[in-house]
Amino acid sequence: MTQASTDTGAFASALDAVAGLPAPELLQDLRTRGRESFATLGLPNRRQEDWRFTGLKGIEGEVFASPAAVAPRIDVTPWRVSNARLLVFVDGIFAPDISEIGDLPDGVVVSNLVLGATSGSEAVAQHLGSLAPLEEHPFAALNSALIADGAFIHVPAGMELDRPIQLVFISGSGGRATLSAPRILIVAENGSRATVLEQHVGDSASLSCPVSEIVIGEGAVLNHLIVQEENLSAHHLAVREMKLAADSRYSAQSISLGGALARTDIGVVLDGERAEASLDGLYLGDGSQQANTHLTVRHASPNCNSHQLYKGILAGRAKAVFNGRIIVDQDAQKTDAKQSNRNLLLSDDAVVNSNPQLEIFADDVRCTHGSTVGQLDEEAVFYLRSRGIGHDEAIQLLTLAFAGEILERVPVIELRDRLERVVAARLAAIADPEGKK
Amino acid sequence: MALLELTNLHVSVDGNEILKGIDLTVNPGEVHAIMGPNGSGKSTLASVLAGREEYEVTAGEIHYAGQDLLELDAEIRAREGLFLAFQYPVEIPGVSNTYFLRAALNAIRSHRGEEEIDAMDFLALVREKVKVVKLDESLLKRPVNEGFSGGEKKRNEIFHLAVLEPRLAILDETDSGLDIDALKIVADGVNSLRDPERSFVLITHYQRLLNYIVPDFVHVLIDGRIVRSGDRELALQLEDQGYEWLEVEPAQAASA
Repeated sequence: MTQASTDTGAFASALDAVAGLPAPELLQDLRTRGRESFATLGLPNRRQEDWRFTGLKGIEGEVFASPAAVAPRIDVTPWRVSNARLLVFVDGIFAPDISEIGDLPDGVVVSNLVLGATSGSEAVAQHLGSLAPLEEHPFAALNSALIADGAFIHVPAGMELDRPIQLVFISGSGGRATLSAPRILIVAENGSRATVLEQHVGDSASLSCPVSEIVIGEGAVLNHLIVQEENLSAHHLAVREMKLAADSRYSAQSISLGGALARTDIGVVLDGERAEASLDGLYLGDGSQQANTHLTVRHASPNCNSHQLYKGILAGRAKAVFNGRIIVDQDAQKTDAKQSNRNLLLSDDAVVNSNPQLEIFADDVRCTHGSTVGQLDEEAVFYLRSRGIGHDEAIQLLTLAFAGEILERVPVIELRDRLERVVAARLAAIADPEGKK
Repeated sequence: MALLELTNLHVSVDGNEILKGIDLTVNPGEVHAIMGPNGSGKSTLASVLAGREEYEVTAGEIHYAGQDLLELDAEIRAREGLFLAFQYPVEIPGVSNTYFLRAALNAIRSHRGEEEIDAMDFLALVREKVKVVKLDESLLKRPVNEGFSGGEKKRNEIFHLAVLEPRLAILDETDSGLDIDALKIVADGVNSLRDPERSFVLITHYQRLLNYIVPDFVHVLIDGRIVRSGDRELALQLEDQGYEWLEVEPAQAASA
């Protein structure tokens, strides 16, 4: 306990600052619970199995600045997707002036969480804090303790939204090393359909610990793109939890590019028959970046499918962890679960820890998992060179093609094209760090 | 002036000498066939010319278009007009055939100081050249060689050759694994690309290919040496008699 209170110490000023901010009762309750839990849990350390490969030295004892109470105006054009409904948050604080939500169909809510809570939304009351592992996960606790606002999306039954919803979270505004706690609540009611684009960007050594809770109703379809391009000195510790009802479909592409440390803990529960989750990811690391993915899919009902393809590209002294766990409950018969983690190492010093785990309690299931760690195919490099393509270009082309298998799954073409350019530029920088060309 | 000139070429792989003194001169417009049994060093010769790095030249010289070929990296050789059709074309997942070919063509053009090819012009070029080897246009958009049949891979190599228009094309056992119809298509493609300014080196185990692509010269490579050179008649003689009579000869010569 004494250890824990010391840990809270470094965050005390930020926690106090948030506690002083007015908020609807629902959020205040969550703050109190979060603060109590975080005081008990403290920051994790490497002696804890789940945190064995996550280096938190960069944030231990650091004092981070609190978010500005009023979000500053920031030019969001670099990230803007032209036809999307846009919500912007600066250090977790909603920035209405630079958001563009537009007119919404009846019953659809795309707003900040404070508005959702104050307008008496049943969905907020019912689901906020219902999925996030507040009592077990230190950063879910910290996020809840620091909750100031967040994004709230509620798609009523049968409603199909054709325009994507874009959530941009900017951390470390004005170059300050801030501590922010972005929060997302998505409630997709039965038979609804929506696409959510979530982006985390920033330009300082900030600490961001976003938490998302996603509730997907029967027969609903939700596409979810998550792009993390924080500053290379930032720390990003995200928790994402979702629950799928019968016949629903969730597909996610999780692209992790930035951060000195970027870790995402994802928990998916397939909670109704024939639910389907496709979880794909790409992580790119260079220098001393760490990219960790801890993914647990629980098949709690029969006849559900889950597919995961996570690909990593590591250069320099970058480290990555992929912990993929598939749990099949005893009555989840006819489960079809596939998990694949493939890693490309571009240097001798890059390291990947890939740990696929299956825990199967049903007897009639099909589960496959596999992981690979390797280098580029020398024969392919030579083939390209023998046709006139230079050595560095050949490596970039092949590496980009490796990433392409994930990027091509991004559902919005405009964003896919942008990501391809961003990834290509990162790969070019890895190939030519001095910028000689 | 000769386009390609090999003088006393010795090549080792992992300390084993594979080529033991090759002399060969290829002039512009000529078609040379290099024949030999398995393990004679044919593919090593192709690899060394294309610039594979695991091969060590221990003695001798290679001159290509007035340059010391051994001083040039593989990609520079390609940009200078040297092309190797692979015995085993490599599958490149995620890179479309046309994208790859356009990148290659532009690398070659840029080396020559020419502008990059316009997208429409490239499309027109590709549509024209794909006919040379009767390649299905759907294979253009697919990832390079991925899911191609053996014959399609070999035809795709000749298609690349047709688009890149090299000065020297080396075909490494392009005929292996082809049925007679595919072999004819490949041969017709190569014949249509013969040109007074373009030379070919055909590496093959079997005489069969030379029924369709008639070479100017035939060389027999055995145990890392060219033991006999001649014209097409030599190839026909090999078809009748196999390689054994040539394999024995140097030994007899030595004991004589």
